[in-house]
Amino acid sequence: MRAADALCEALKAEGVKHVFGIPGGASLPLYDALYDADFEHIQVRHEQCGGHSAEGYAKASGRVGVAFATSGPGATNLITAIADAHMDSVPTVFITGQVRTDLIGTDGFQEADVTGMTLPVVKHSFLVTDPAQIPDYIHKAFHIAKTGRPGPVLVDIPQDLSRADIDYEPITGTPKLPGYQPTTEGNIKQIRIAAKAMANARRPVLYVGGGVVNADASEELRELAGSDDFPVTCTLMGLGAFPAPHERWLGMLGMHGTRSANYAMDEADLIVAIGARFDDRITGKLSEFAPRAKFVHIDVDPAEISKNVAAHIPIVGDAKDVLPKLTGEYRALAADSARLDDWWKQIRSWQEQYPLHYEDSADSEIKPQLMVEEMYRAAPDAIITSDVGQHQMWAAQYFNFAEPRKWLNSGGLGTMGFGLPAAIGAKVAMPDETVICLAGDGSLVMVCQEMATAAAHGLDVKVFLMNNGYFGMVRQWQELFWEERYKSVVMGPSPDWVKLAEAFGWGGARVDDKGELAGAMKTALETPGPYLLDVHVTPNENCYPMIPAGAAARDMVG
Amino acid sequence: MGDPGTKSELIDLDDLRTSSGLTGRRHLLSLMVENRPGVLARIAGLFSRRGFNIDTLAVGPTEDPNISRVTMTVDGALHPIDQVTKQLHKLVNVIKIRDMEPETAVAREMALFRINAAADTRAEIMEFANIFRAHIVDVSRRSITVEVTGTTEKIDSFERMVRPHGLIEMARTGEVAIARARPES
Repeated sequence: MRAADALCEALKAEGVKHVFGIPGGASLPLYDALYDADFEHIQVRHEQCGGHSAEGYAKASGRVGVAFATSGPGATNLITAIADAHMDSVPTVFITGQVRTDLIGTDGFQEADVTGMTLPVVKHSFLVTDPAQIPDYIHKAFHIAKTGRPGPVLVDIPQDLSRADIDYEPITGTPKLPGYQPTTEGNIKQIRIAAKAMANARRPVLYVGGGVVNADASEELRELAGSDDFPVTCTLMGLGAFPAPHERWLGMLGMHGTRSANYAMDEADLIVAIGARFDDRITGKLSEFAPRAKFVHIDVDPAEISKNVAAHIPIVGDAKDVLPKLTGEYRALAADSARLDDWWKQIRSWQEQYPLHYEDSADSEIKPQLMVEEMYRAAPDAIITSDVGQHQMWAAQYFNFAEPRKWLNSGGLGTMGFGLPAAIGAKVAMPDETVICLAGDGSLVMVCQEMATAAAHGLDVKVFLMNNGYFGMVRQWQELFWEERYKSVVMGPSPDWVKLAEAFGWGGARVDDKGELAGAMKTALETPGPYLLDVHVTPNENCYPMIPAGAAARDMVG
Repeated sequence: MGDPGTKSELIDLDDLRTSSGLTGRRHLLSLMVENRPGVLARIAGLFSRRGFNIDTLAVGPTEDPNISRVTMTVDGALHPIDQVTKQLHKLVNVIKIRDMEPETAVAREMALFRINAAADTRAEIMEFANIFRAHIVDVSRRSITVEVTGTTEKIDSFERMVRPHGLIEMARTGEVAIARARPES
C-alpha cells in the first residue's frame, strides 16, 4: 500500500472524522490519498487558521484536532497554532509535507526544518525517515497528543516517503513508548494529607485551571466544592469547569479577575490548585502572591508542580482520578463546616462591596460590557470563541459560562485572530451547537480570509464583532502606563465589515444603538448561514478591574 | 488511620513545608535516551529555553545500541534540580534519568593538556604526569601533551599544577558516570 494511504488508514483507525488544511507540492501524495479517505478535509485559507481550527475542534469536542500543511511556508505558517496548542495543552496532531529526502539539507524549494523550528513548542515530533514508520508514528502521535497533559505533536513526512509503497498492517493496542508513561493516578497518601489539611483550613480556596476542562472533571470538581463550603475561582482557561453563576463561585481570578477572587487568594490560608499552572497573569508579583497560603497542587504534569510556586502538598495525577478520591477522603473526615463561616462572611462583604460593574452610557452608545451581557441573554448555552484583548476579558467577566468546552480562547500564547478559525473548528466538531465568535476588530482583520472557509463549507458560524476602532488593550496600556502616547493602535480606516462579510457570501449587519442590539443579535442568530454582526461600542472604554503588570492582588485598580 | 474526624488527626497548616528548591551543590545527571537523530537537540533546546546552564555534557553509546547515555553536570545552586529533571522527563525520547549521588556512583573525566615544555622544565612536567598517573601522548621540541583521567577534582588540580608552565591548550570530555554495584549481602 502507498504510505500516504496507510496514513489515512491510521487516521481512520484513530477515529478521525475531520481534518483541516491546505495542500502544496510536498504534500501532493498526502492529498492524493485524502481524495479517497473516509473522513472530511476542510480546506482552509491560511495554514495558521487551519491549526487554530484544529484547536477549536479539539477544545469544543475533547477529540484530537488534526491539521495538514505543506513544507516550507505552509509549515512555518502552522507554527503559531502549534505554539498556541502547546501553551493551552490542546490535543492536536499536525501533519506536514517535507521536501524529498534527497533535497533535505540543500535549501531546496519550499524547504524548512519544521521539526527543528518547532522543538520548543511541541509535546513531541516525528520526522519520518522510512515510509514504514508512517502509520506507527501517527498512532504514537495521537497517543502522546491526548494522554497525560495534552499537547501538539508534529509528524513531518518527506514527499518521496509518502508516495513509497509499504507493507501495511493495521496496528492495535497502546503504542510502545519507553520514555512516555504519564502518571494519571494520584498517590492516595498524598491525597489523604491534602484532605486533612483542607479539613483544618479556615480560609480555603479552590483555584481551578484548564486542566479540569481537559480532564472532563467538572462534575468531580462540583462534588469536591460541595463536600464542604469551598469557594471556587477559575482561571481564564478554567472558565466553565465550575458552573457560573453559583453560590460558591467567586468569578475569574488574575489580572482582570474579580476583586473577590483575588482578595480571597490574597487572604487564603490554603489554596488547592487543580490543573492550573500559576501563570504570571494569575500571580502578579510572585513574591507577594497569596502570602498567607499553603499550597496543594494537583496536576497531571509533574513539571508544573513547584515550577512557579512551591507546593506544600504535591499530587501528580489526572483531575478525573484525583478529585473523587480527594472528595471521598475529605467527606470521611466529617469536618465542621461552621469553621468557614467567618471566611464566607468576609467573601460576601467583598462581593457586595466590589461587584463587577461598569457605567452604562446615558445615550444610545453601546458599552462593550453591555454587548457581552446581551450576548449572554441571547445565547447563554452557545459555544463562544474569542480573540485576544479587551473583548476577551470582558467576555470572561460578564458571560457566565455554566459548562466546560463552551469557552474557547487563546490563553497562554494570547494569539490574536484565534476566534474565527476556532469557531469554524468548533462548528465542524459540534454542528448542532450555536457557535459565536466574539471578535475584536484588531484581531478579526488578521484572519478575515477564513470567512471564505465558512462560506465554502456552509458552516453556520456567527461573528459578533466588538468594534471599538482600536487595538483596545494596547491602547488601554498606553493610556494607563505609557503617558497616553498612543502609537499604532488606531484601526481606521477600518473596512466596511458588512460589505466585507457580504463579499464572502455571509450575512451581515451593523449596529451602534443599544436599543437595537438585542434585536440585531436575535436576527443574526436566527438567520441561517454564517453572519457577521458589526457592533460599534464605546471606543475608549477600559477593562477593569485590573492588577497592573508586576503588582500584587492587593493593588488592583479600577 | 484510626477514627477519622478528630481534630488532632488533621494536619496543622503551620506544619506544612515545601521541599523543592536549590540544593547548592553540583549534580551529575545520567540520562538514558533513545539513540535517534535530534535527541541531543531536544535536550539542549530544553536547557536553553528554560534558562538552565549545562556545565559539562558527554554523550556516547551504551551496551544497548538503541540507547545512548547522556551525562551532564548542572549547578544545583543556580537551578532547582528537581525542576530540571522533571522537564527532562517530559521529553519522550528520554527514558530514564538518574541523579548520581557521589557515594553511589563512579565518575571519571578525561582531559588532554598541551603544555609548554622547554628543556629545563620538561622533567618537572613529566614528574607531575607521573604523580597524577597521567600519560604522555605526544612530545615535540617545545611542548608535551598529557592525557589525564580521573575525577573532576583531580583534573582541576593537575591543571593548577601545570598552568604556571604555560598551558597552550586544554580539552576536557566532561564527566561520565556509572552507578556503583551494590554491596553483596
